Amino acid sequence: MTTPTATRQDIVDTVYEACVEILQADRSTLSETTAFAADLEADSLALVEIVMVLEERFDLRIPEEDLDGVDTIGAAADLVSERLAAAA
Amino acid sequence: MVVTGVGVVSPAGLDAHTTFDHVLAAKGVTTAELTAPVVDFDPTCWIDPREVRRIDRVGQFGLAAAAEAIAQAGLTTNGSTVDPRRVAVVVGSGVGGLTTLEDGVETRVTKGSHRVGPLLVPMMMPNATAGLIALRHGFRGAALAVATACASGANSIGEGMHLIRSGRADVVVAGGSEAAITPTALAGFARMGALSSRTSDPAGASRPFDRDRDGFVMGEGAGIVVLESEDHATRRGATILGEVAGYGATCDAHHLTAPDPTGQGALESMRLAIADAGLDPRSIGHVNAHGTSTPLNDRAESDALVALFGGPTPPVTSTKGVTGHLVGAAGAVEAVIGLLSARSGRVPPVANLTDPDVDPDVDLVRDEPRSINGTVVLSNSFGFGGHNAALVLIARPST
Repeated sequence: MTTPTATRQDIVDTVYEACVEILQADRSTLSETTAFAADLEADSLALVEIVMVLEERFDLRIPEEDLDGVDTIGAAADLVSERLAAAA
Repeated sequence: MVVTGVGVVSPAGLDAHTTFDHVLAAKGVTTAELTAPVVDFDPTCWIDPREVRRIDRVGQFGLAAAAEAIAQAGLTTNGSTVDPRRVAVVVGSGVGGLTTLEDGVETRVTKGSHRVGPLLVPMMMPNATAGLIALRHGFRGAALAVATACASGANSIGEGMHLIRSGRADVVVAGGSEAAITPTALAGFARMGALSSRTSDPAGASRPFDRDRDGFVMGEGAGIVVLESEDHATRRGATILGEVAGYGATCDAHHLTAPDPTGQGALESMRLAIADAGLDPRSIGHVNAHGTSTPLNDRAESDALVALFGGPTPPVTSTKGVTGHLVGAAGAVEAVIGLLSARSGRVPPVANLTDPDVDPDVDLVRDEPRSINGTVVLSNSFGFGGHNAALVLIARPST
């Protein structure tokens, strides 16, 4: 699905939804500073699953090497924003 | 070698005793689709909801059955009851996480390789269940998966027993798990002529040793036992349910899937198991046969039983008339049923048996549970690949 008009909030909301679906996270506790590993106990496989949700939702491909340093919900949203801008 | 805990998830119940009671009643659970699925299984009763989606159904069954067996055995590694480095896990499967594999293939074909998820491999690998049980309970001895098709559960218990005998473990969590009621697996088994096609009478589709049998009904589930040396069990005050006293394993080396019609390999595995237990065939109180309801297996197995006993056999049952064929879990579930039968002195009848197609010397249990006194049970399992595994278990009376 192509979403050229995705706003920052759309992207953050999608990361939240992925955290709820994949990590059974409590949505009300999530913020952009929530850390995948430290706060949500996500391992590397879960992180890949979250990225796959983002790839599908925003019709993107995010290479494995781009995930270095993507530790928080905000950082994941930044990555998606950058990739969308690059693709535009 | 004693058994201090048993656990079962089966189409006939979500624990060992429910399954046993259901099997005693000899009411089949085969659906209109000619399968015997586990129903009302809520994995979150045993597994953190967060983990459930990362574990294939085969692993979920294994974890549930292991939890029951381990709780009954009172096995804890965070207290002082056992040294976690001395607890091994041997849990087999015929095919592993087949649902996951089939979904993954479909995803790749329809959506592309980049849509195949990172959990495909850990969910489909046939050793996942053994690894998950070790991980869940902190067991740090060897964790192994024996894959011998429909004999996996029995071979796992037998090989687990050897880990203790050889001094490589104090405790072994052993058994089998299977969840292979998938469209592709069913198509494959059907095409090879292994499955019943008795659509006009699904409830009667699984009919071991009956003249009208036409194949097996695919079931699913898991069976787990906790094994330990008698000294070890006594020292920690565990309740002893019975013994795994003997194990025999052979290969037909006849055909990859068809049983040797002479039943020679099957017979040899039974003789080895009985000799391993230091017993004589006359000691066997009853037989929990492999009895799949396929034309070839049931004929070869019943002939082998006549040869083993040299005439009239002790009471013989097959639980697959009720449960269908649990493939890699079958041998473990049936070892548990056999042990519970011997403990209770009641052997379940063969469901759907109306016209026995065996030598008259084979004493099939029909219609009603049979009361027995003997505490020794011979449990047979045979698998594609030519695998034959026989276990001799001895019940200890309930106290």
